[in-house]
Amino acid sequence: MKAFLKNFFDSQRPHFEGEGKFAKFWWALDGVETVALTPGERTEKGAHIRDHMDMKRLMIFVLFALAPAIIFGMYNIGYQAYSAENLTASGLDCFLRGAYHMLPIIITSYTAGGIAELIFCHVRGHEVSEGFLVTAMLFPLTLPPTIPLWMVAVGCAFGVVIGKEVFGGVGMNILNPALTARAFLFFTYPAQMSGAKVWDVAGSSNLITHSGTPIDAYTGATPLLTAASAETSAVAALNEAGFDLQTLALGMVPGSIGETSTVAIAAGALFLIVTGIASWRTMVGCVAGLSAVTAFFAYGVYGADSGVMLSLPPAYHLLMGGFAFGTVFMATDPVSSATTELGRLIYGFFIGVLCGLIRVVNPAYPEGMMLAILFMNVFAPLIDYYIVQGTTRRRVARLAAA
Amino acid sequence: MEAYLSLAVKSIFVENILLAYFLGMCSFLACSKKVETATGLGLAVIFVLTVTAPLNWLLNTFLLKEGALAWAGLPDVDLSFLSFITFIATIAATVQLVEMVLDRFSPALYNALGIFLPLIAVNCSILGTSLFMQEREYDLGETLVFGFSSGVGWALAIVAMAAIRYKLRYSNVPEGLRGLGITMLMTGLMSVAFMAFAGIKL
Repeated sequence: MKAFLKNFFDSQRPHFEGEGKFAKFWWALDGVETVALTPGERTEKGAHIRDHMDMKRLMIFVLFALAPAIIFGMYNIGYQAYSAENLTASGLDCFLRGAYHMLPIIITSYTAGGIAELIFCHVRGHEVSEGFLVTAMLFPLTLPPTIPLWMVAVGCAFGVVIGKEVFGGVGMNILNPALTARAFLFFTYPAQMSGAKVWDVAGSSNLITHSGTPIDAYTGATPLLTAASAETSAVAALNEAGFDLQTLALGMVPGSIGETSTVAIAAGALFLIVTGIASWRTMVGCVAGLSAVTAFFAYGVYGADSGVMLSLPPAYHLLMGGFAFGTVFMATDPVSSATTELGRLIYGFFIGVLCGLIRVVNPAYPEGMMLAILFMNVFAPLIDYYIVQGTTRRRVARLAAA
Repeated sequence: MEAYLSLAVKSIFVENILLAYFLGMCSFLACSKKVETATGLGLAVIFVLTVTAPLNWLLNTFLLKEGALAWAGLPDVDLSFLSFITFIATIAATVQLVEMVLDRFSPALYNALGIFLPLIAVNCSILGTSLFMQEREYDLGETLVFGFSSGVGWALAIVAMAAIRYKLRYSNVPEGLRGLGITMLMTGLMSVAFMAFAGIKL
């Protein structure tokens, strides 16, 4: 099989090189070949680093890490829909119904983003990068399952072009492209992205339901929305709506496709940390930041029963909304995060703090993770700059002393 | 005290003079290539704002506003049509002063800022702050806090942008977007990130 593939690529190569008919489309052959076979290129001068971890492996490992969240997300869409219709369904039924809603979103995201990416490859002459595979998978996972497909297409194309390609492609961007796409949709079409009516596919499905009559006005409030709109106590309101800590951790709650299950995301996080792809420093920073700021509000100056959202203990904050997903898959993006080790701790800590602040004191948005990460993406280069300056100064002082 | 604190937070983050009102763009775009220069310019803007906003408040309250000349026995005079020219004159004089002080005590920064130091006089964020002060009818204490924190917000934005442009040197930006183009795009993306604070009621 391998020999067959190799022969095939070797026989096609002349058409894509030099004077060949398709020389302008060299990126197409290059893209397909790197997916199928290990690239045969070698570094010719300069430093050599021998490592099994190249860009392709790294990006594919991120997709592996995403798998639990994706699979659980599919199951959860179906589960939420069936329970909204008061039906009991088997796990497989839930999964199939979820897949029916989710696969079109993923396919649209890959198609729209892929077209934008390929146009840039062709015009600017760079190769198709595997980073795109991750961006176009992360983006749909941050969306509500009821999102119209054209919005997915517009958002993903915006993220790929403005978030990444205008800076020169993978590795050269400042903001995380998937989050740029998400933020673009969030501010352009707020009603479809964060209203109370967007989180559940029950009733919006044209599959024939078991009872035969689709319900059409069901809305499922997310835990964050429930907590933020509680009148007396956020914890009581959450428990009453069935969102206790265990349910929240497992993720059987309405929410964006990939973000609900902290357990599934934690499995991915473990994989990313063990393989050394994502920085544990960023994740620790995020968790510490969010815990610190929410504990400060819940147990500190304001006391346990002042404001509704202010009094919510850190454990709920850590399990609710997009915090876990953002911490593991978005904040750790090696390109847009800080690159120094101390810098990553600081960067993560501020993401956590900002996320907590937006959730607690900003009445405009129930969730703050996306904007917190984008905000710190903007300041990550500054953190790095000062840390490098500090290190340089210490070294100069040490040399002068020696 | 709490009122001052929330005014400060509001004008640094929620209503950042640069990223929410887009005032002071010209020197922001031109002077954000190096972090040191940006820090210097940022500090100069903070200083000029902290001085000019209260000065203009005094002029506005005791000379320009309708009925402001009551102390001189002219309660019916309204000179507010002169506010633009008065504010600009105050700002220009203050900038001249800053320039002379910097030249004397920090020639290195003076040289680094070059032409952009006198240009602070026409930095829209400075005049904008004075005009916001007049329009929103702040008292003297509020004006002081507002001037200072508008400056801090502006300085924060330009320093962050300088660090980003430092990183952008390694990027492969398309030919036509190099320089100002990508900086403007990045400014837009930064202000999206700053919208994290939009809607906070203080």
